[in-house]
Amino acid sequence: MSSKVSSSNNISQARRTVQQLRIEASIERIKVSKASADLMHYCGEHAKYDPLLMGIPASENPFKDKKPCTIL
Amino acid sequence: MANEGLRDNETLSSLKNESETLKCKLEEERAKLHDVEPFLSVFFFQQDGKVIVWDAFTTNKEHAVTMPCTWVMACAYAPSGCAIACGGLDNKCSVYPLTFDKNENMAAKKKSVAMHTNYLSACSFTNSDMQILTSSGDGTCALWDVESGQLLQSFHGHAADVLCLDLAPSETGNTFVSGGCDKKAMVWDLRSGQCIQSFETHDSDINSVRYYPSGDAFASASDDATCRLYDLRADREVAIYSKESIIFGASSVDFSLSGRLLFTGYNDYTINVWDVLKGTRVSILFGHENRVSTLRVSPDGTAFCSGSWDHTLRVAVGHQRTRPPAKFIFHSGPERPPQFIKSSATAIIHADSPC
Repeated sequence: MSSKVSSSNNISQARRTVQQLRIEASIERIKVSKASADLMHYCGEHAKYDPLLMGIPASENPFKDKKPCTIL
Repeated sequence: MANEGLRDNETLSSLKNESETLKCKLEEERAKLHDVEPFLSVFFFQQDGKVIVWDAFTTNKEHAVTMPCTWVMACAYAPSGCAIACGGLDNKCSVYPLTFDKNENMAAKKKSVAMHTNYLSACSFTNSDMQILTSSGDGTCALWDVESGQLLQSFHGHAADVLCLDLAPSETGNTFVSGGCDKKAMVWDLRSGQCIQSFETHDSDINSVRYYPSGDAFASASDDATCRLYDLRADREVAIYSKESIIFGASSVDFSLSGRLLFTGYNDYTINVWDVLKGTRVSILFGHENRVSTLRVSPDGTAFCSGSWDHTLRVAVGHQRTRPPAKFIFHSGPERPPQFIKSSATAIIHADSPC
């Protein structure tokens, strides 16, 4: 009895795996050269808007320690 | 009788054979399109658990909610900024509306949304305050309606605990990626619950996954001490960020705004910054006194925040030099929030749990 259950479990699991692999195998793929060119293009386009890449001037740093203000 | 589950022409061994053939075919198809080494040749980037919301600029606490469960492992900000979601060893994800009214008790307004059969490892609102996506130690991810608590979709496929997830940038559609202890990263369709793609090149648990800003790729951080970049359209791993000197697991990963830099936190207390395109390390940040458990870049890209087992959150910005890449300066954040910081979202919200 238990061997019947486990063998039908194995079967349904194997069937699920095959179905999933069929789906994955059938997707459309592009060449790595094209994919990496697109990633590089995206980086190039957005680099000038990236504050962590370009850096921000110390005067505009919103996190710098605030100095106390003396009022004369 | 013995073969009740089988259809005509199927036997267990024929299914296994087909499975192996398909796996080989998948590898062959991927290899056919591997016409260049990516980038190189083409060169010219609590005892009670508490959830606390901090103001990153003033380092003041804005809200604190005490969770009834002792271990909080995940938290997220709602897109409107009006609520937070968190959960952990209580196997649930609860949503708390944020209020600035000191007289209101936030914990009293809590709404239990998600229910798993094991710990909650990660949660994220989708593009509205109305739906939450969760991942769990029970090996599944799930999509929930916040108002009714109803399960909208569940995602089965991981063979072990799911540790992390990330939603695709809204322009690119309804998918998300998850990473687990089965060393796999899986990409899912939110509506159908179907796994669309899966990647199994890491040698150990995947602790963190994050989409590239364009949505065409994602990065992963793993206990195998490497971070990797997977391109979704090429359907394969295209870069690996590792060094022989780095032997401790990577816990967290995030991209800068343009996707040129990858920030990664490690269990050896450091943060490494990688040039995504060249695959080289650009910078290493010291300062934390214990493992870096979490890391996030702010939505406007001006800074990133790292959380650590040393009980601190630190914010770093890039400083201008004559040429890129920028140098990073750590600003010590709030001192000594009581405990282990597990996850941080955009405006620095973190969850405390007893060590």
